[in-house]
Amino acid sequence: MSDTLPILEVEGLAKSFTLHAQGVRLAVLDGIDLVLRPGECVVLDAPSGHGKSTLLRALYGNYRSDRGRILIRHRGDMVDMASASPRLLLEIRRETIGYVSQFLRVIPRVPTLDIVAEPLASRGLAPIEARRRAAELLTALALPERLWRLAPATFSGGEQQRVNIARALIAAHPLLLLDEPTASLDTENAGRVLALLAERRDAGTAMVGIFHDPEARRSIATRLFPLPERTLAA
Amino acid sequence: MSEAPLPEIDRLAKRYGERQAVRGVSFALWPGEVLAIVGESGSGKTTLLNMIAGRVAPDAGAVRFRSAAGAVVDLAALPEADLRRLVRREIGFVHQNPRDGLRLSVSAGANIGEPIMAAGARHYGSIRRAAAAWLERVEIDPARLDDLPATFSGGMQQRLQIARALVTEPRLVLMDEPTGGLDVSVQARLLDLLRRLVADLGISVVLVTHDLGVARLLAHRLMVMQQGQVVESGVTDQVLDDPHHPYTQLLVSSVLAA
Repeated sequence: MSDTLPILEVEGLAKSFTLHAQGVRLAVLDGIDLVLRPGECVVLDAPSGHGKSTLLRALYGNYRSDRGRILIRHRGDMVDMASASPRLLLEIRRETIGYVSQFLRVIPRVPTLDIVAEPLASRGLAPIEARRRAAELLTALALPERLWRLAPATFSGGEQQRVNIARALIAAHPLLLLDEPTASLDTENAGRVLALLAERRDAGTAMVGIFHDPEARRSIATRLFPLPERTLAA
Repeated sequence: MSEAPLPEIDRLAKRYGERQAVRGVSFALWPGEVLAIVGESGSGKTTLLNMIAGRVAPDAGAVRFRSAAGAVVDLAALPEADLRRLVRREIGFVHQNPRDGLRLSVSAGANIGEPIMAAGARHYGSIRRAAAAWLERVEIDPARLDDLPATFSGGMQQRLQIARALVTEPRLVLMDEPTGGLDVSVQARLLDLLRRLVADLGISVVLVTHDLGVARLLAHRLMVMQQGQVVESGVTDQVLDDPHHPYTQLLVSSVLAA
């Protein structure tokens, strides 16, 4: 894979949080360098509190970085997420970077099938086709069909998480950020998700993920990425 | 990324007596984007919205608006008659209180039909059909076409107001606390409806709200105002999840989690 062009190049990334009310500054990440190519799955390797989720969120532009560059191959060019305008950032998220969070956050009362289809519909795909693809994914993730017409608010944690995963996978982004996608799933469903992810990875999707389960790591990671211990600055 | 921004707000300012209500606010919005403006009462959000709507004349700055023909005009510099024509055609306004945006003495159908007639339509049958279609679009039974808005619930009145504001397909819609006075369950339904309409019509939306949950679900971008100034702005989840300004941090940390 080393001959393919990187899809992500992180250079000297630093992130801290200044909490004005408490008068503290928390330096979480500093000097992070990372290169990722298509078909690679990098699993972040560090104990809790070392900034794994922070790095993932910074890569998605959810957290704004203090220093450094986050270069993403978007529409053929390397663009810097860290300095992108809101409009460009939203476009990159629509087309290039997908994110699986631990929680499903959606407008209440919208049916599951529409929630999953929405990323495709927002790219202009016909609603019927978007719903058909959503149904395919929900089937692959074994979410019972009787739930598709319902809003996910009353679903179990594992059901909601599969809706979340389907929504993140449907747009086939070339780069996926995964924040413990299998954490709330039973073994069987976790296996389904991992198989789906491995399939995507082998087809060329690049991934950066957080997986605590050793079994999950073994099956999905092509490489581990250690994070140094964070420092508390004044 | 090909189209042009609509509108482009350039260093808008407004003073009321001793009080500087809005100080040098600038932003550009693109078709299909929803921008939420949050901030406490008196932070200048509604004054800003009213200046963009051509209802309040700014002391300084410009509201640049690209007409369908491609010409760029500054709302703040337009003669009164031209301003009124452009606002009627291109800008929809949704008030917090539906009674401010509706005519209560005429039927639901007339509330939707009037803007179409003002835009030049004359055929009674086709206006009535368009009104019925819009009632359905905002999830009101078309059989209610001849009923007065006063017989509607608060949520229905708000949906009727939205239909009245959108029926002429304006390219910019301004909303002042559109879900403000509604029950939570009614709010959710309205949010879903608004999101679908915005996506379908590809319009630009500026939304003033004090509800950060509404901003998160509806807005792509967020602007935080304090004492007439923008203290922080960005993609909505950035500002809410990683607030930098002390005031934004206070605002975000003050929300009760349900």
